[in-house]
Amino acid sequence: MVYNSNYILGMKNIKFLFLGIFFAIVLSKTQAISWYRFYEMFKFQSFHMFGIIGGAVVISMIFMQLFKKGIIKDNNGNKIVPKQKKKGFIRTVLGGTLFGLGWGISGACAAPIFVILGFKLMPALILLFGAILGAFFYGLLSKKLPS
Amino acid sequence: MDFILQPWAWYVGGPLIAISLLLYFYFGKNFGASTNFETLCTMAGAGKVSDYFKKDWKDRDFALLFVIGLIIGGFISSLYLIPNQTIDLNPKTVQELTDLGFSNIGSQYFPEEIFGEEALFSLKGFLILLISGILVGFGTRYAGGCTSGHAITGLSSLQLPSLLAVIGFFIGGIIATWFIIPIIF
Repeated sequence: MVYNSNYILGMKNIKFLFLGIFFAIVLSKTQAISWYRFYEMFKFQSFHMFGIIGGAVVISMIFMQLFKKGIIKDNNGNKIVPKQKKKGFIRTVLGGTLFGLGWGISGACAAPIFVILGFKLMPALILLFGAILGAFFYGLLSKKLPS
Repeated sequence: MDFILQPWAWYVGGPLIAISLLLYFYFGKNFGASTNFETLCTMAGAGKVSDYFKKDWKDRDFALLFVIGLIIGGFISSLYLIPNQTIDLNPKTVQELTDLGFSNIGSQYFPEEIFGEEALFSLKGFLILLISGILVGFGTRYAGGCTSGHAITGLSSLQLPSLLAVIGFFIGGIIATWFIIPIIF
């Protein structure tokens, strides 16, 4: 049999498509894409989102320990090492604050913008266009911004 | 079947998000969502304007497939899995939003005042969405991650930059909901 390498590559990564579908359903069913859920989170009026994010972080910590100890390896048998995030006080706090402003107003962070396309197509397209534009501005300015 | 159609509790969501992260890493990649905004810039030809975007987007085909999955999953959820979008809100939240002039609070995931057609086709409503989007895109790339990359992956792997970024997320989110939303509505 003759295999086309692109075809194999496509098949190899098709699992990410299913993972995306799964993740979108989880976010949708737990209401973690709802504007109201983030509004009440930032106003500290409900436990719901803190429970979801906190729960995800605590369980992920256990997974991270299992990665570190080599008990869980990736599907090629390699050790799983999460990428180190770029360091820098201004970059993280100021960048984070700008992100938080957009998140707090629109109720949409990165992954949910794509999920919301399925719920509110036009508004989500504007959000997505804005986010791509924002990433573009960052790329243009990246060398000039304090880190 | 009933479980599928009911809203899922927070204690179901947390573990399922962690399992998504686990699978993402098991498949050999670093969990996150916001780098895709850069990849989409590259695909749109931003490399012609700035070297920052001169990358091979095919190296990130897995992430683009994940994004396509997110979109498909969103449509599946909205069309088939959520017959009732009512959100059980704190009466205090409802009262506050009523005072700001919001209506039908919590009857759907997304308030008409921001996501409705009337808002969309007004200059103010359009700018609210566009500027929020720009802030999300710019901020997340400057900070180096979003809720998935920093809050979940970064915090759980005990990275200091992620803690700082999450503090930033909350500073921004608190300013937005406590001060900016009351001004714009």
